[in-house]
Amino acid sequence: MFEIRWHGRGGQGAKTAALLFGNACMATGKYFQAFPEYGPERMGAPVLAFDRLSDTPITIHCGIETPDVVIVLDPTLIETQNVKQGLKKDGKILINTAESPSFMKDKLGLDTQKVFTVDASTIAKECLGKEIPNTPMLGALTKIAGLISLDDLIKDSKVKLEKKFRRTPEIVEGNIASIKRAYEEVKG
Amino acid sequence: MPIKALTGNEAMAEAMRQINPDVVAAYPITPATEVVQLFAQFVADGKVDTEFVAVESEHSALSACIGAAAAGGRVMTSTASQGLALMHEMLYIASGLRLPMVICEVNRSMSAPINIHCDHSDTMGSRESGWIQIFSEDSQEAYDSVIQAIRISEQAFLPCMVSLDGFIISHCMQGINELTDTEVQEFIGEHKTPYSLLMDGHPFTIGALDLQDYFFEHKRAQIEAMENVLPIIKSVGKEFSKRTKRGYGFFEEYMLGDADICLIALGSCAGTAKVAIQELRDKGIKAGLLKLRVMRPFPYKEIVSALFNIKAIAVLDRSTSMSTMGGPVFIELRSALYDNPVHPLMVNYIYGLGGRDIFPRDIVEVGQKLENIKRTGKIEKMIDYIGVRE
Amino acid sequence: MTKPGWRDLAIGAILEKGGTALEFKTGDWRTYKPIWSQEKCTSCLFCFIYCPDFCIEIEDGKMIGINYDYCKGCGICKEICPKQAIEMILERR
Repeated sequence: MFEIRWHGRGGQGAKTAALLFGNACMATGKYFQAFPEYGPERMGAPVLAFDRLSDTPITIHCGIETPDVVIVLDPTLIETQNVKQGLKKDGKILINTAESPSFMKDKLGLDTQKVFTVDASTIAKECLGKEIPNTPMLGALTKIAGLISLDDLIKDSKVKLEKKFRRTPEIVEGNIASIKRAYEEVKG
Repeated sequence: MPIKALTGNEAMAEAMRQINPDVVAAYPITPATEVVQLFAQFVADGKVDTEFVAVESEHSALSACIGAAAAGGRVMTSTASQGLALMHEMLYIASGLRLPMVICEVNRSMSAPINIHCDHSDTMGSRESGWIQIFSEDSQEAYDSVIQAIRISEQAFLPCMVSLDGFIISHCMQGINELTDTEVQEFIGEHKTPYSLLMDGHPFTIGALDLQDYFFEHKRAQIEAMENVLPIIKSVGKEFSKRTKRGYGFFEEYMLGDADICLIALGSCAGTAKVAIQELRDKGIKAGLLKLRVMRPFPYKEIVSALFNIKAIAVLDRSTSMSTMGGPVFIELRSALYDNPVHPLMVNYIYGLGGRDIFPRDIVEVGQKLENIKRTGKIEKMIDYIGVRE
Repeated sequence: MTKPGWRDLAIGAILEKGGTALEFKTGDWRTYKPIWSQEKCTSCLFCFIYCPDFCIEIEDGKMIGINYDYCKGCGICKEICPKQAIEMILERR
């Protein structure tokens, strides 16, 4: 069982990213659950989303307490949220920031866990013209999680995005480009 | 058979689309809102032939459903919590008039205090209303059960509600093995109705006053109809599993064969309990799980025979009866075991009220306590609570 | 009359025909009986509108009498009649 916790703010697409990643894993034959933190979501408020991935059917239906990977979509959340809570000893944390992994590792006071950083906001701004960091983070996650290949992710995300943005193919292309860039640029 | 990524709500709405009912009258309520919203979109997009009646309350929603069913239509709706409570009066009318229909119900606590999260108080609150009640562990079961419910309801001429757990399942996406539209239509077949107000040239009276001299006989016949539901559920489940390889009975037995202690749960918690059972087995405890699927009618004979070799039972209830005798499943099961020559030791754990999460470690602890009860033969607390602050 | 057992009743407590009120004659509830005077009556049909039991009999738009099988003797027709064409007398059986 592989478990992921997404930290974001309402409107940043944490839930959508969790669903897209789960979908992409399903397309490769994995079992998955993707769910938001159960509660009302408001623009800007801290929100959580989760992925559970496995090669065998999943029957567990509780929240995720000890994730293998934590993803932080908004670095300012580190000040107010305990983003490293429950992260496994050999777990990984992926942060959207221009800072270096070692700087963030010190800041979070992490010991055994690995820290990865990627400037997803800048990538999103340059590829999409909007600071929505969720899709580039999918690219970075794919690199560090090693569950599926970049091709698997792009193939499935393209289908989903093309459905959602039928009349604006430039948004689909921008998203795909941002996934590829974050996959290449993630540091750690 | 295509696999689709769907949330619990999406899965139930998708089943409704494939069923293509004649009439849906509904009013949205958290956490079932999406079911109604998605279905309304199917209607707007012309993907179904359904007459969608947007009403001003759940009372009206079910009233419109009753009218439509009496007119001979295949009818469905969806609700949760206070919505089901507002339907309460009409629930009895639908079942008393023996009208088949299906509610896609999303389990949510009852106010006050106000809360939007999962427990089973809403569904359990209507267990005496004469409706068939089927609980689901996950979205796949909910999808499958909604399709089966149409057949069950129309064969028994009794209404049926299929429930899944609010947010935990309703908002959780997973892969669903979907039937094709044609397969669903083939499975549910022609709509069956006990009578139709629109039968040409055959006027009749429905809902007439029924006093001391006839009411009791009509209720007796209704109880008999409920008795006849069990074989219907069995045969419909069998036929469904022939097509899908997914078997459905009154309950699921998980590692129960050689078990000497048993946990009983329904809804999403049963899935989490399966993980806990594995852990208990690793510790050398011979624990099993009975996941109850059908709450109404209560399949007591079958449950009792499945528990034949069990020495100690813990019933996990996600609602309380407020009788101070424990949760509804506990009370009914205890009563069912009364005639057994050997009585297993029984304890009740109330858990998860208002969406309080329950983890495998909580259930492992229950299993260990139960093992201890089995060994010592002593029960310290008959009714206890999981995860409540003292 | 023996009433049917629960197995012999129609499903859903329905009555398998309409208009069953016709089988239940309420004329014997009457204490006072309306007597109609054809001479005074102008067939304004006020009584027809007001009668709660549909007991005013009409043919070709004209009143022709009172249906005593169902008339309960409430006297509304007498009260409403603008021509005093209906009087109420004690029922003698």
